[in-house]
Amino acid sequence: MRTDHSEAVSQPVLIFWIIIGWVGFMVLPWYALEDVFFSFEWLFDGYPFDSDYAPAAFLVTQGEKLWLAPLVLPIVAVLAAIGRVKSDPLYAKILIASSAFGFAWLLFQGFGIGLRGWQFGTLEALFGPLGDRQFGMGYGAMFMALSFLFLFTQGVAARGAINGDVFVVSAIGGVIAVITIFVFFPIAKMLTAAFITEDQTYSVVVFLSKFLDDRLWGVSCLSGGGKCGVAWNSLFLAVSVGAITTVLGLVFALVVTRSGFKHKRVLRALTVLPIITPPFVIGLAIILLFGLSGSVTTFVADVFGIQPTRWVYGLPGVMIAQVLAFTPIAFLVLIGVVEGVSPSMEEAAQTLRASKWQVFRTVSFPLMRPGLANAFLLGFIESMADFGNPLVLGGNYDVLSTEIFFAIVGAQYDQGQAAVLAIVLLAFTLGAFYAQRFWLGKKSYTTVSGKGDAGVHPTMPSRLAIPVYVVAIVWALFTVVIYCMIVFGSFVELWGVNNTLTFKHYVTAFSFSWGDGDIRWTGAAWNSFWTTIQIAAIAAPLTAALGLLTAYLLTRQNFAGKSSFEFGTMLSFAIPGTVIGVSYILAFNVPPLELTGTGIILVISFVFRNMPVGVRAGIASMSQLDKSLDESSLTLGANSWQTFRRIILPLLKPAILAALVYSFVRAMTAVSAVIFLVSAEYDMATSYIIGRVENNDYGLAIAYSTTLIIVMLVAVGAMQLAVGRTAIGRRMSTKPES
Amino acid sequence: MKKLTLIATGVMAVLMSTTSTVAMAKDKMTLYCSAQDDWCQLMVNSFEEATGVDVSMTRKSSGETFAQIKAEAANPKGDVWWGGTGDPHLQAAEEGLTAPYVSGMRDQLNDWSISQATSAGDKTIGIYSGALGYGYNSDLLAANNLPEPACWQDLLKPEYKGHVQMANPNSSGTAYTTLATIVQLFGEEEGFEFMKGLHKNINQYTKSGSAPIKAAARGENTIGIVFMHDAVKQAVAGFPIKVVAPCEGTGYEIGSMSIIKDGRNPESAQKFYDWALSAEAQTLALQVNAFQVPSNMGAETSPSAPDLASIKLIDYDFKKYGSSAERKRLLQKWDDEVSVLPQ
Repeated sequence: MRTDHSEAVSQPVLIFWIIIGWVGFMVLPWYALEDVFFSFEWLFDGYPFDSDYAPAAFLVTQGEKLWLAPLVLPIVAVLAAIGRVKSDPLYAKILIASSAFGFAWLLFQGFGIGLRGWQFGTLEALFGPLGDRQFGMGYGAMFMALSFLFLFTQGVAARGAINGDVFVVSAIGGVIAVITIFVFFPIAKMLTAAFITEDQTYSVVVFLSKFLDDRLWGVSCLSGGGKCGVAWNSLFLAVSVGAITTVLGLVFALVVTRSGFKHKRVLRALTVLPIITPPFVIGLAIILLFGLSGSVTTFVADVFGIQPTRWVYGLPGVMIAQVLAFTPIAFLVLIGVVEGVSPSMEEAAQTLRASKWQVFRTVSFPLMRPGLANAFLLGFIESMADFGNPLVLGGNYDVLSTEIFFAIVGAQYDQGQAAVLAIVLLAFTLGAFYAQRFWLGKKSYTTVSGKGDAGVHPTMPSRLAIPVYVVAIVWALFTVVIYCMIVFGSFVELWGVNNTLTFKHYVTAFSFSWGDGDIRWTGAAWNSFWTTIQIAAIAAPLTAALGLLTAYLLTRQNFAGKSSFEFGTMLSFAIPGTVIGVSYILAFNVPPLELTGTGIILVISFVFRNMPVGVRAGIASMSQLDKSLDESSLTLGANSWQTFRRIILPLLKPAILAALVYSFVRAMTAVSAVIFLVSAEYDMATSYIIGRVENNDYGLAIAYSTTLIIVMLVAVGAMQLAVGRTAIGRRMSTKPES
Repeated sequence: MKKLTLIATGVMAVLMSTTSTVAMAKDKMTLYCSAQDDWCQLMVNSFEEATGVDVSMTRKSSGETFAQIKAEAANPKGDVWWGGTGDPHLQAAEEGLTAPYVSGMRDQLNDWSISQATSAGDKTIGIYSGALGYGYNSDLLAANNLPEPACWQDLLKPEYKGHVQMANPNSSGTAYTTLATIVQLFGEEEGFEFMKGLHKNINQYTKSGSAPIKAAARGENTIGIVFMHDAVKQAVAGFPIKVVAPCEGTGYEIGSMSIIKDGRNPESAQKFYDWALSAEAQTLALQVNAFQVPSNMGAETSPSAPDLASIKLIDYDFKKYGSSAERKRLLQKWDDEVSVLPQ
């Protein structure tokens, strides 16, 4: 019965993708359009004969770009598959052979021929000089590539992979393709850039001399005197920040879940704030408090009669700022884990006459290990990738992320150096990733088993409770002070110098006027503001969709190479934003994929950077859904796509919300990758804010940031309304009884 | 799989509906601007008003812009690079990233602007200039009972230990100009002795060129070695900053403009180039508190601006000290001999 069914489905799908291929070759402009990707100027400007806008077919018939001609073979050959039944071995063979050839040729010509003719010396030697060139791929090439990809997956499915399920095979193929293009390819490009010498040849010696440089690994700070290597600085900072944020996160999680503390909501609100705070803002507030002329510094100096110093610049300042910024992340990870430890286990231990402290030490705490490891890892990676705080507060304490930035933009302009530094950074974060897995090992931490689980968590033992309270309250007060400073700073004339209240920063940034019947956005910040909202709004649903689709494949399907597939999708999570930025510049500035300077590259960088969170959220909720739901849907004759859309998706609303919120917020606050990718038309809020900070225009920077915080609060609330409510109701009613 | 197409079409629909309001067949150009943001904005708006050419502008520091132009050399996206210190412009000219152009406006320009152009084979031209110097926070100086400095040599005094800030010459054009100035002023041997002495008093080598005076303005630092117009700007903004033109004489920068080679809109580029050299365009600087000296002799200057005529300027050798080789050599030497010393 099922085979009949998929027969019926596969023909229209096959024809659809064949048509897409033909359209790509015959109708759409082959090369990327200058300026705006999504514009239709080309339709009126010499199309289809002008060689800038011509489809591949027209180019070839006019005798130009003849290397595109072989692409006609696979799209003709594939026509032979129409009308054949899926079980016909020829069907699969035709599809696989022709689409594989087409795809390979597409890649070969794309990478082989660039802006200056042949890209490789061997090709030049083989065929002689070319005397022609080509730009980046456009709509036509994109359609053809899609067509080849999905014809290929249909061929593979027809051969029986994943029970011949076209949707699943195509989804796997699609995810692999985009991950390869937007994660592995840029990283590989960056790895090779690290070996490039000044005269554009490759050399291991050059790489090693840069890699083993004393600036990176020097240890003279230990023996007194000189400075330590940048790599050690970063590592030390990241380990400390990871450890401190984990401890503080645990403290907050304990207060919220295991104490009689009254104002839990306030505490929760406080922990959300730093997540939606644009970079720099916390750093600026810290300068105003602890800098040489900061209020706290001068106060202490006056009281104790000591000379104010610049102590905050360097390790202490960066560490304070990062701990403030990243503790909430640790908290959010840990609260789930601390809540998740089953009370039954703790009660069992208590019944066996363990004291409260013993229960905590030997039962509760060990069960929190996965949470602790995750929280540490997140803090570690965030600290490694953080760019804003070291820039503002770093003093002479150089770290990898800022060094990478200045290797690219600084006066020495050394992409190779940036690539080497990025590799070191990547090695650290991947190392941490693996250390975490190793530490957790294969032990089971499952305590929520679906069996009766009615207990309540015991409160903390008092020898733990007192220090925990003290730390939590002190830290909460500190956060409140910082945020008061920030809001205050956006309303004063010249922060720290002239404290007259004013609205002028908001007016400069967000003024508008009425003229000719419509609103004129005259404020300086509108441009970047709208771009940011737009990019964030486009990236968020894409991130959620891709993340959930991947999660579905990982939890519900079994296929060869699943674990490396999982590694690939999670890789971008361990890659710091700075590294993504550098590698995207290196990979997408030249054909075949020319994306720099567009809005698309920003969207793509956000999607792939934040996708792992969508994947994780999806996996977490999907593993709570009983597989029998899918099975019954399949038994009733639905195919896997219908099952995914009608059964699983509606039950996943909380995960969708998490992914949406996270990627939206990150798109508005991220800076480390963005700073490399913004352009004239697509300037983002964070890079505009950096410009203001560089210009000593703190008031405007902070007014803008405050506005962004409010916008994010509103947007997150709106998303919750749009997605959250229905989800919870339905989930309650359909949750499988266990 | 349908889902993927669905996503793809969805994205396109969203992007199309929101992004593309492309004006058709209108003159346009892309400007890389390395001056302060409000100045860049003002230039763009005024030029659009004056000529009707659509300008899309990116503001990045001169180092960032140079990096970008170099990265895009195979496929340039910008047309004109306006503003920023002259060295990277000269470097771009030397590496063939910019195109020669002789403007009809030349007879209105100061000599230093023309000589900047001729030294680079007409691939760049001076649009403003500013002298190097330093500024100090008078409140902090008084609070620490420090004497008022007036010369370069004053900065070596031990009482200023931990009070002086300059940018790292590896990352900042301003700081490289400082290094080159000191070398030309005192000779290479003695100049490096000076830098070593200065190193003892430095509290931080910042990444960006004007950061030291901004820190001084905020009270986070006492003395910052910067271009004088940057210091004047902070003083005018209301910070307690005093500007010093060092008594021994000082070097200067020539803020420059270049046309990017193989840009996509060469005609608009030349239109902008000519317009940016006009007195009317250069007078705009006053509206945004840019206190550099304009290269057009007819442009108005601000009374707050440092008067180049009254400052002792050295005969700065832009050709030699702007070349990649000399730059690399001096920076290497500074790295090896100065930056590694204990403080």
